[in-house]
Amino acid sequence: MPETRALAPARLSRPAVIRVPGVAIVLSTLCLALTVLAPGFASLGNLANVLSQSSVLLLLALPMTFVIMTEGIDLSVGAVLACGSLLCAFVVTTTGSIPLAVGTAVSVGVAFGLLNGVLVAFARIPPFVATLGTLGIAQGVALLATDGQAVVGIPAALRSVYSGTLIGLPEPVVLAAVAYAAFHLLLYRTRFGTYIVALGGNREALDLAGVSKSRNLLTTYLLSGAMAGAAAVLMTARMNSGHPTAGIGMEFEAVAAVAIGGTSFARGDGWIFGTLLGVLTVGVLRNGLNLLGVASSTQIAALGALVIVSFLIDRSGNRNR
Amino acid sequence: MTTTSTAGQDKARVGVSLVLSRELVPLLYRLLVAALLCSTLALLTESFLTAGNAVNVLRQTSLLFLMATGLTLVVLTGGLDLSVGANVGLSACLAAIALKATGSPFAGIIVGLCTGLAVGLANGLLVTYLRMPAFIATYGMLWFLQGVTFTVMAGETVHGFPSSFRIIGSGFLFGVPVPVFIMLAFLALGTLLTRYTTLGQQIYAIGANREAARLSGIPVRSRIILAYVLSGGTAGLASLVFLARLNSAEGDIGEPLTLPAIAAVLIGGTSLFGGVGTVFGTLMGALVLTLVLNGMNLLSIQTNWQPLVTGVIIIVAVFIDTVARRRGAV
Repeated sequence: MPETRALAPARLSRPAVIRVPGVAIVLSTLCLALTVLAPGFASLGNLANVLSQSSVLLLLALPMTFVIMTEGIDLSVGAVLACGSLLCAFVVTTTGSIPLAVGTAVSVGVAFGLLNGVLVAFARIPPFVATLGTLGIAQGVALLATDGQAVVGIPAALRSVYSGTLIGLPEPVVLAAVAYAAFHLLLYRTRFGTYIVALGGNREALDLAGVSKSRNLLTTYLLSGAMAGAAAVLMTARMNSGHPTAGIGMEFEAVAAVAIGGTSFARGDGWIFGTLLGVLTVGVLRNGLNLLGVASSTQIAALGALVIVSFLIDRSGNRNR
Repeated sequence: MTTTSTAGQDKARVGVSLVLSRELVPLLYRLLVAALLCSTLALLTESFLTAGNAVNVLRQTSLLFLMATGLTLVVLTGGLDLSVGANVGLSACLAAIALKATGSPFAGIIVGLCTGLAVGLANGLLVTYLRMPAFIATYGMLWFLQGVTFTVMAGETVHGFPSSFRIIGSGFLFGVPVPVFIMLAFLALGTLLTRYTTLGQQIYAIGANREAARLSGIPVRSRIILAYVLSGGTAGLASLVFLARLNSAEGDIGEPLTLPAIAAVLIGGTSLFGGVGTVFGTLMGALVLTLVLNGMNLLSIQTNWQPLVTGVIIIVAVFIDTVARRRGAV
């Protein structure tokens, strides 16, 4: 039986104070090391690059933070991203309509989010298996839609979603900043945010307060799917194509970013600013290793190692508490 | 789940028959599904009921079963090993390199098995000593192993192994493929281990109620680590059989194996919540899944359908398990 825990705002801020060092140490060490090792890393142009490249990951990692706070996981986001991106590219190349393409990508995300939510919240299937199953389904849909072929020739109007600028800043960075602000407010300033903390930390409290656990859990997975759909538009614009396996594995980077950011996989201890730092850490690592000419597969292995390192730092921090 | 005290007496009375029905009925269901699949395929296609296809189905089943035996033990403890597919990939690639470099089947077998066991040990340590949730630790391991495999292979293919090594994958004994004998040996070993040894009982106890197991003096951590090591070991063994059959190794060799291995265990009736399931059930799961995939092949349905179908099967299998569990708890 889980012991009853206080569900007070204090619980949110207290671990944050202790965790600032964890991910901040990793990120600043990484930046310092890369400034010395990788020529061209510490330039303004490259840093803007890192921010733009991290935008897709941030869109996935923000809702993933919520999902993980409810003691769940969404393994399907990478495959949903691929599926949404492929169908977005397919629609825009066949109809030429950008609103329709964006609508398709977001609908694909919402549909899979809804499916995940129903499976987890109402059928009560453990999240990692439910979303592993939908991962297979999304991957299958993506492969079947175009018979495994890539879709190329994205019109410039859609590409500008990634390459354009808004108020002097790269458009993806602006979009990511808006998304971050929205999720920050959602977690700390709305009732839904409090319910998310309670879903991981104290489900009994929700029962006692007469709040529907299933409906809030469903919303959490729905949000994750919808954001994967939105991220799919950005990714299509960035890659100038839709490919059935292009986003596979992104769910690992999202989970890694959340983990590096110090969100705990139990008890609803989440830190949304930590996720932002975690995403930047992953982005900096990827970018730096690219500059050093390290193969993409080795980068993934390095990312796995980094997750364990942050886990160890976090644990030693918690022990001192 | 809690049992109400009023229902206690009734439950005790039907206890014996319940245990029997709990083990037998699900197995009968699975046999029925397999039989239905077989007869449907026999009716729909001409090539299903041929000796060649039977050998094919048995061989595929044995490979899937080998990967899934160790995994079954992990799931029985209430854990999960998502890294088995990637583990097979890395073990196969390293074994292939060792085979090529030394020319000795013995070296290849040792390298493959040790890689598998080492990965299992790492998983076990992450789950127990770092207290990472099993699906996170082994999922991270999946990508870590894939990264290492791609780095080691660097896009190259290693192929052409000594025939003395290839026997374990593509050889025949009395007209039956050698992997089938390995499968039967592991079925026997797994059943003996889970059913008739203290270790096996401890594994069930940990899965059923970890706290109770700890309080009754079971060394929970070391038993869980052992389960992951065994899972890694069977993955290593499966990689050798796989390698011997394919006669070549590439970096992406393990990628398509993750979903089927987990599906086989879940279709086999092993509960994700731990403590319920049998190794024989996993064999039935592997057989049913292989029949489905084989049937799709024979009906010339594109391989692109496979992830979708496997995904749906996983969800349905777990849904049935969840519903059954809820019914049993009420």
